[in-house]
Amino acid sequence: MLTPNGDKMASAPHIAVIGGGSTGIGIARDLSMRGLDVTLVEQGNLTHGTTGRMHGLLHSGGRYAVADQASATECIEENRVLRDIASHCVEMTGGLFVKRPEDTEKYFQEKLAGCEECGIPAEVVSREEARAMEPHLAKDIDKAITVPDGAIDPFRLVVANAASAMEHGARIETHTTVTDLLVEDGEVVGLEVEHDSGSGKRVHGTEGGREEIRADYVVNATGAWAGRIGEMADVDIEVRPSKGVMTIMNVRQVDTVINRCRPKGDADIIVPHETTAILGTTDEEVEDPAEYPEEQWEVDLMIDELKELVPILEEARTIRSFWGVRPLYEPPDVGSDDPTDITRDYFLLDHETRDDLPGMTSIVGGKFTTYRMMGEEISDHVCNQFGIDADCRTADVPLPGSEKFSVLRDYMDEFGLRSPIGRRSVERLGSRADEVLKTTDPNPVVCNCEGVTRAEIQDAIEQSGSDLNAVRIRTRASMGNCQGGFCCHRMANELHGEYDESVARQAWDELLAERWKGQRHALWGEQLSQAMLNYALHATTQNRDNDPADGEPVDFAAFDAGSTPAQSSGEAGVAADGGTEHGD
Amino acid sequence: MAIESEVLVIGGGLAGLTSALSAARTGADVRLVSYKQSTLRSASGLVDVLGYTHDGEGPVTDPYATIPELPDPHPYRTVGIDAVREGLDLFDDAVPNYQGGHTDTNALLPTHGGTIKPTARYPASASAGLASDTRDLMLVGLESMTDFDAPHAAAHLDAAGVPFDVRGVTIQFPGDLRADAKVTRYAKLLDTNGEVTVRGRDRPAREALAARVNTELDEEERVGFPAVLGDDHAGAVRADLADRLSADVFEVPMGPPSLPGLRLEDALFAALDEAGASIETGNPVVDFDGEDRIERVYIEKNGAEIPNTAEEYVLATGGLVGKGVQSDREGVYEPIFDCHIPHPADRYDWFENEVFGDHEFARFGVETDNDLRPLDGGGDVEFPNLRAAGSVLGGYDLAAEKSGSGVSIATGYAAGRSAAQEAV
Repeated sequence: MLTPNGDKMASAPHIAVIGGGSTGIGIARDLSMRGLDVTLVEQGNLTHGTTGRMHGLLHSGGRYAVADQASATECIEENRVLRDIASHCVEMTGGLFVKRPEDTEKYFQEKLAGCEECGIPAEVVSREEARAMEPHLAKDIDKAITVPDGAIDPFRLVVANAASAMEHGARIETHTTVTDLLVEDGEVVGLEVEHDSGSGKRVHGTEGGREEIRADYVVNATGAWAGRIGEMADVDIEVRPSKGVMTIMNVRQVDTVINRCRPKGDADIIVPHETTAILGTTDEEVEDPAEYPEEQWEVDLMIDELKELVPILEEARTIRSFWGVRPLYEPPDVGSDDPTDITRDYFLLDHETRDDLPGMTSIVGGKFTTYRMMGEEISDHVCNQFGIDADCRTADVPLPGSEKFSVLRDYMDEFGLRSPIGRRSVERLGSRADEVLKTTDPNPVVCNCEGVTRAEIQDAIEQSGSDLNAVRIRTRASMGNCQGGFCCHRMANELHGEYDESVARQAWDELLAERWKGQRHALWGEQLSQAMLNYALHATTQNRDNDPADGEPVDFAAFDAGSTPAQSSGEAGVAADGGTEHGD
Repeated sequence: MAIESEVLVIGGGLAGLTSALSAARTGADVRLVSYKQSTLRSASGLVDVLGYTHDGEGPVTDPYATIPELPDPHPYRTVGIDAVREGLDLFDDAVPNYQGGHTDTNALLPTHGGTIKPTARYPASASAGLASDTRDLMLVGLESMTDFDAPHAAAHLDAAGVPFDVRGVTIQFPGDLRADAKVTRYAKLLDTNGEVTVRGRDRPAREALAARVNTELDEEERVGFPAVLGDDHAGAVRADLADRLSADVFEVPMGPPSLPGLRLEDALFAALDEAGASIETGNPVVDFDGEDRIERVYIEKNGAEIPNTAEEYVLATGGLVGKGVQSDREGVYEPIFDCHIPHPADRYDWFENEVFGDHEFARFGVETDNDLRPLDGGGDVEFPNLRAAGSVLGGYDLAAEKSGSGVSIATGYAAGRSAAQEAV
């Protein structure tokens, strides 16, 4: 808490937040801005769980305007807030609810009325108007409703929240797993954690270790994993994880969010996202949020259903697919059979009133778009525990990167970057562009597909340590068409220097493995060709599949030492071919 | 009237060029047609034959001793060891600036990723980099070239246990090349020995580069650069630098766009031209006539379909990368003649979950009889006058085995010779 002159009070309570997704990080930012002392722990990278595995839709609320108007109203409110405080993470693409002839007029009218009731700006456009906006829409659609949907980069948003929280004194520990809750005299008093590689930024090979984090209050913001944390203190949190697939296309077939205007259903949305478009999704309950089948039919369903809206998807190239797990929750007495019936609302579970276990609250359910609002409510709740009266400021203070900033400046000249690389860098970095891109050293492009330069990679390494997947989510390097085929080794090169070779090699291996994971679901046509090229580059040209540094010692003397006297006698000589004028 | 030849080779990569050369030297009237840029420009320019066993053991010292252990079918088993040797003889004869033919033993060459790679032939430009040579070595990287980080590669080679001291330095290329200059820009500058401005003074590029490297050089007897040391005059560039550095100079093979790969392509085209073959590049084969035999193929040129007839045809259109093998969500196919490509019906059986797993897709390609003629689903020859060579063949994993170039050369040699013998 702050004294009147803004200093932090010595007696500020210490809050431990578990979970580095949008919810946890939103809470950490909010509490630290209110002057509380915050430590956040996350088992993987930031966004490792559900946040990093969503379709990137900034909801207008339109999707919930018929069935769940409370959620819809929250969405449009937060949509407006995020456009303001997170402008460098948001692209206001606009959205369309498209009605096909087989979709009912009744539902179309309900959608329109629902949007009006929830305060979501919505207008009906004709087939011709819709197709003028999005030429790839099917010729036989009936009409559409426009809504203020947008695209949002979840990685950038969470990283910016973390940066803000740290500016306000929060401690953020990634790759740190909670192994137990500390319970004393029937009250939660902290966490026992295991650091994968020491505390602070992740550095491969650094010895990990256990740590007891004493806290005045614990917030469990682990989403689909909330039940695991609850078990550690013998409380039941019945999260119902539900998986959904998202398929990434290699280009933006559409520049507007395209929704199918019909009641809940699978494969009914296309979100333009950076250089790609993301098709979604399914909704199927799973037992374990970390282990569930990822299946061919799910990917095929995306293409086969959504081509009804955008026919060119049938022949288009997908670059990967990924699955996310929604942390759905409903009070135990509701008992929905179908996960699509479970509310998208969020629930604050105070374990003192609920389970007679003071010292901890869990937050479950909810949506990415309303992460800030959830953070505000739980921060209010935490402050109440300590009788602190501090205003929430997260809706008013822009995130780092979204401060007063005009993207209209000519950054291409300023940073010596060629268009469109300069423009894309600046779009990603927002108001941090100056600080990151102003360098007197050469600033070559490291990732050609996404136009990511060395300066941006180095900035991300400074933030996240030796973890190239953390660098990836900060910069989008290796996330384009080639899926890292041409740039994984370059990213590893950028690590070396700051980190030694064995660290760079481990990080490189991890990045290759992660990039492969999603591509497996896109292995046909162009992307199978790309995958074979990548395999040849990495295994044939670079021999990374049989890296001699990882394997048995090589008997170098048993191999060809050359045919010329200079090579066998060990004397320096002229170039072995004597310098012909012909190329070789 | 149709364009006629005795042997028509479709594809201008290593396999196609070798097939055409082999057929021409066997005495046939040969025509080669190719469409897109070949995968040679994506390849390092190293010519591997077999670096690892089928089970991933290795690097193996003697590929010829390992070939008999390969499973059947494998293209090497189909053509036999003699064809592998004869194919490489043809290669050595056609491409004079390659080394390694003095021994059956594999060489180990440093890669731009800092590993070492087993290979049977290597360009003269890479020869001073041999990892079994015990002389100390310095690698030089260029500040704005992200593909090769010399200190990183040196540390990686050291971790691989190479029998010499190795270190890497990063320098700014003399002059003021833009940060994203292409490799050909460096090569051209060194080829022409053009003037560069260093601290206000104009100097020839080679002299300026050597002067800069000399400030870093200790006692090392060899110096490795990324593969940008000239294009048309690569030998002269290296000799000049070696002279100024008093050390051997070599290139570390790189990924695409690969100058050593491009130089190899040029050398093979020159040899083919010299052998009297007719060459047409830039136009695709789009269709063919024939039921039992292939009567003619059609080449699309400026919107028209031009018939080309031949007695014998060689399919050397490449694998998944070269698009000689294609796929969709339903299956895998060969796009010109629709030759049968065996593959699992379930798309999710095409790959393994580990990035370097034993991927089925890496082995996609046509199956053939002993004369390299593609077989249909029933095991019968698709067309008696069609042979296949190179990556369009299935049954081997070129990336895991490090056998891509060798298979292209051996099967290209065998298919070209057989086609010519049949046609003449």
